[in-house]
Amino acid sequence: MLTCLQLVKSFGGVKAVQSCSFEVKSNLITALIGPNGAGKSTVFNLISGIVKADAGKIIFQASKQVSSKQVGGEGINITNKSPEAISNLGMSRLFQKSRLFNNLTVKDNLLLAIDNEDTKFLKNLLGKNKITKEKEGSIKQILKLVEMESFENHIARDLSFGQKRLVELARAILNPHTFLMLDEPVAGVNPKLREVIANILLELKAKQETILLIEHDMHFTFSVADWVVVMQEGKVLVEGKPDEIKNNPKVLEAYLGE
Amino acid sequence: MIEAYFIHLLILVGIYAILAISLQLAVGFSGLLNLGHIAFYCIGAYTSALLALQGLPFWFCFLAAGFMAMVFGFLLSLPTNKLKGDYLALATLGFSFVVTAVALNWTGLTRGPLGLPGIPKPSFFGFSFANNFWFLILVLIIATASYLIIKRIIQSPFGKALEATRDDELATRVLGKNTLKLKSYSLAISAFFAGIAGSLYASYITFIDPSSFSLMQLIPVLCIVIIGGLASLKGTIIATVVLTLLPEPLRFIGFPSSVVGPMRQIIYSLLLLLILIYRPRGFFGKIELE
Repeated sequence: MLTCLQLVKSFGGVKAVQSCSFEVKSNLITALIGPNGAGKSTVFNLISGIVKADAGKIIFQASKQVSSKQVGGEGINITNKSPEAISNLGMSRLFQKSRLFNNLTVKDNLLLAIDNEDTKFLKNLLGKNKITKEKEGSIKQILKLVEMESFENHIARDLSFGQKRLVELARAILNPHTFLMLDEPVAGVNPKLREVIANILLELKAKQETILLIEHDMHFTFSVADWVVVMQEGKVLVEGKPDEIKNNPKVLEAYLGE
Repeated sequence: MIEAYFIHLLILVGIYAILAISLQLAVGFSGLLNLGHIAFYCIGAYTSALLALQGLPFWFCFLAAGFMAMVFGFLLSLPTNKLKGDYLALATLGFSFVVTAVALNWTGLTRGPLGLPGIPKPSFFGFSFANNFWFLILVLIIATASYLIIKRIIQSPFGKALEATRDDELATRVLGKNTLKLKSYSLAISAFFAGIAGSLYASYITFIDPSSFSLMQLIPVLCIVIIGGLASLKGTIIATVVLTLLPEPLRFIGFPSSVVGPMRQIIYSLLLLLILIYRPRGFFGKIELE
């Protein structure tokens, strides 16, 4: 689905990512773990086009067409494409920090994710971009998935931290995609909500979604991931199945500090 | 007498309302702190006046004013599109200085500081709006139409996309939207309405010169947008009425005209200060900017 080859990125003198290569396989949940400053979020930003790579390549296989928003195709080099172009190839992501549209309602936040017809001025002026029953339906459905049905008309800024997280997760899932990236979906949320989010991920996995995940909560990571990539100092230290990683002495030393 | 005075005030309210709601579209709904808005008003007024002086019909001058301003709005958006907040404000402010300087110095076209006198009053297929009452009706119709069109824009999904760009541009891009296009459109549409407001102003006053479009003329409009409340069209209209009419009673309590002008500035700044302290969102402001 996604291949990163020899990615390099420095910020001033700090080498955030140095020659990082790994692969994300279709229909699996891959977890990217590592100590703070290992370069995980930078890798996410490189993949989604928010920061430009100094060197290296990112190849993305849009495996199937998921909506009218998609152009699809095989093995596209997405290195240094714009975030909107990459999104339209079928990539969706959740940020580490809340990035909801704070002055809009939950419903409007979600409607914005469904398609890009809203950027066509004349079509909207002439009233030809209606909020169809179909769109309403998919919003109801996604809000049910994240257990936020009664918050449809709330303004995003009034939500609690955990609720914002759920709406953002819903927005990322609703954004047409074949590949979903989640940057610390459960950081700072309470244990009950953590379980809700874990169940959502397992539900997505059952639907054959391909997910790349950054997470510090090891219990959470090992309970949902199929494959784990451990990063340290901008490089891939080791990768493997969760059971192998759990007992790998290198990982224990680098990450768990034992 | 008093009737004519009220009609005059209401015409100004109408023109200012168009100018303010169009600025609200850029500032409140799209997050573009555009200090060059008065330049679009200027471009519209000059375009309309110059064409009208050539004997062209009003409807043509009026639309040409809007389109000319729109073209400049779009052109201004190209180099400034990646600027954020204060930097955009500075760049657009620079643009308004350039436009005033051109109006002052391109004497062959604009007659510079001498201004353009004798701009014809509008007439529509033989019906003349030279009478101020009929001009007021015309202004009210155009202002209402502008209000309805902008309202339609901001309530449509396109308007939500503008608001999303204002709230978090990066998140909007990650959803696959071309925010540069959204911002260009917003600035161009906003400029269009400023342009037609300029056309109405030129054909109402029948004389324009560069001093009518200085930065000092932008400040009341910006005050209206902030006092009315960001991202509220209703608030903008109410603020336009209040701020245009508020200084007027001064004339009746014996202040000479030379005092009324500066007093107006003082009243605006006091009101702005009070609003910012006690009601930071303005009359009906819906949003908080981070």
